[in-house]
Amino acid sequence: MYIYDHFDQRVVDERVAQFRDQTRRFLAGKLSEDEFRPLRLRNGLYIQRHAPMLRVAIPYGLLSTLQLRKLAHIARTYDRNYGHFSTRQNIQYNWPALERVPDILAELATVQMHAIQTSGNCVRNITTDHFAGVAPDEIVDPFVWAELLRQWSTLHPEFGFLPRKFKIAINGAVEDRAATMVHDIGIHAARTDTGEIGFRIIVGGGLGRTPIIGHVVREFLPWQHLLTYLDAILRVYNRYGRRDNKYKARIKILVKELKPAEFTRQVEEEWAHLKDGPGTLVEEEIARIEARFTRPSHLQLPDTDTHYEAALKREPAFARWVSRNVHPHRVPGYAAVTLSLKKTGVPPGDATSEQMEAVADLADRFSFGELRVTHEQNLVFADVAKRDLYELWLELKALGFATPNIGLLTNIISCPGGDFCSLANAASIPVAAAIQHRFDDLDYLYDIGELDLNISGCMNSCGHHHVGHIGILGVDKNGEEWYQISIGGRQGTKAALGKVIGPSVARAEVADVVERLIRTYLDKRDSEHERFIDTVHRIGIEPFKAQVYDYAD
Amino acid sequence: MTTLIKQRAIVTDTWQVIGAAGESDIVPLDGDIIVALERWIEQRETLSARSGRVGVWLGPADEPSRLVEAGPLPALIAVHFPAFTDGRGYSTARLLRQRYGFTGELRAIGDILRDELFELARCGFDAFALRADQDAQAALLAFDDFSEVYQAAVDRGPLFARRFGLVEQSR
Repeated sequence: MYIYDHFDQRVVDERVAQFRDQTRRFLAGKLSEDEFRPLRLRNGLYIQRHAPMLRVAIPYGLLSTLQLRKLAHIARTYDRNYGHFSTRQNIQYNWPALERVPDILAELATVQMHAIQTSGNCVRNITTDHFAGVAPDEIVDPFVWAELLRQWSTLHPEFGFLPRKFKIAINGAVEDRAATMVHDIGIHAARTDTGEIGFRIIVGGGLGRTPIIGHVVREFLPWQHLLTYLDAILRVYNRYGRRDNKYKARIKILVKELKPAEFTRQVEEEWAHLKDGPGTLVEEEIARIEARFTRPSHLQLPDTDTHYEAALKREPAFARWVSRNVHPHRVPGYAAVTLSLKKTGVPPGDATSEQMEAVADLADRFSFGELRVTHEQNLVFADVAKRDLYELWLELKALGFATPNIGLLTNIISCPGGDFCSLANAASIPVAAAIQHRFDDLDYLYDIGELDLNISGCMNSCGHHHVGHIGILGVDKNGEEWYQISIGGRQGTKAALGKVIGPSVARAEVADVVERLIRTYLDKRDSEHERFIDTVHRIGIEPFKAQVYDYAD
Repeated sequence: MTTLIKQRAIVTDTWQVIGAAGESDIVPLDGDIIVALERWIEQRETLSARSGRVGVWLGPADEPSRLVEAGPLPALIAVHFPAFTDGRGYSTARLLRQRYGFTGELRAIGDILRDELFELARCGFDAFALRADQDAQAALLAFDDFSEVYQAAVDRGPLFARRFGLVEQSR
């Protein structure tokens, strides 16, 4: 965990006081709704279909158990006893009362948390790889850089009223687990042959109604220049991004309209003035932030453990869970564990106060009192000794968090959908539940193998349907809920956008369509080793279309 | 009637804005005036022959470089915010202060509200023509909303540079 110093704490405390005053003025009629809206949005507060919705930042997805217990307490005291972990490594509360939001923020500040810039047309919560600090393929620890970016973006004086929201992701490893190709800015760590650290800078990716894979504007930016370069990109966007149409206001549209080469030229020209200026980073600052992170003190353990190995042989269910939900760790004798929040019948990403507290207890026992929230809406215990895995599995099973479906079809990524969100065209959670029920047979699920299924309730694409191997998008047709199905999308270094297979279908048919897609895949795959996504890229979408729309011969 | 805050005090305003939204487009015979960039470029000599002083206002899409290319900078530059949610003027201000070295009065005009004053000031504005309905006395408190900031801007260097004594006031 990054531990605040007195400056960090003061900024958060003063933000609470500022928002308390703004809320007071709004309730007293001194701020109009139009004036209050941008102010509350910059603190993560929406007015939703049922009530206000408060989005709390979990910077780069990292949480201490103290913080998780506070989130549980807030859910119980100010809400209906649960929270929803979103795809942006945030937690959302769906029922807080507006006048109590300043108190919630004050509670968060006591555990070094906030809701700053979780919404609004500003730089949002910085996201990263949920295996940061653990992954064997790591180049830099992205938490250190993400915290640096959190500080840089917090109340940035120049970029508080951008044309549109702005999302930055940073990845510190070889494999891209932060979706850097589909963010407004993606930052990907790199190391030169001589050992110099820097970043590849990718701009203008994004999902939403105009899905685009980002463009590399700089192949290698030495780390000292990270903040001045970001200032240059943001300044070009702030000045020239479209403000006449909110659907064309994201930076991806500016990059597209200018063409990537011209956009890059403008950024470089701007940067020429900022380069080596006061925002240039120094080694002391990186070392200072690094030193403020508490680190797990790993024991010296053998790489494996006899009890663990015995349990793997004895209990197939445990072995199955290990194969899907347990991940390699750079320290011998340790592993990272994904807790699935995708149990069939439960809305993806939802957790009750009691569940949060139970998870906090387990993280204290098994993973140095820390956990991570993933953009796939699961939780990760990053530092579990292999000798404890079996005991942890038993505990997680009892809590319903041991569904061994990570990377499989039922690990559905979904936005809250029309049941909760005023923007959505269609429900998403009941659709997820219907699919999960259809594929509840674990053997079948394992035979299907790796498959990302993503659901968004509308074009805002909070469920990232464009990069799902199967993507499902809710659309509105004359007031009815319909669903458009695409296949072939993927995240990671070889990110691609899915292709729509044909006319949209009614809600009751979605699970059937998914089943037909799966049957086509099982029929056409060249072996058990060819994943769904690879089959789609090899044979194209036509055979799938034919099966779904019944014109197969 | 707008109230002017200048260097954290409520002051009487002697300047008249010409041609911005809701303002008259006619140049009075005397008195201090703030004219649009185009007018400044086209009529600079005529305007300078008047008895009052002349300042220039920039709209959100105006390039400050054009003002620089038009000759010596005026004593006062205003940046117009048609809506407080249009953030382009923040960049305009930093460019004027940090790239073009403007040291005169930099005034925010238009939809200027209490809740933006802190950040406007950080970007180099030192005068604020508040929207008519704003409580100027209460607005003065906004400059103290935050006692510490992270980023490099016009008012100070980044927090990290100040931590390590690399203090470099960027102006």
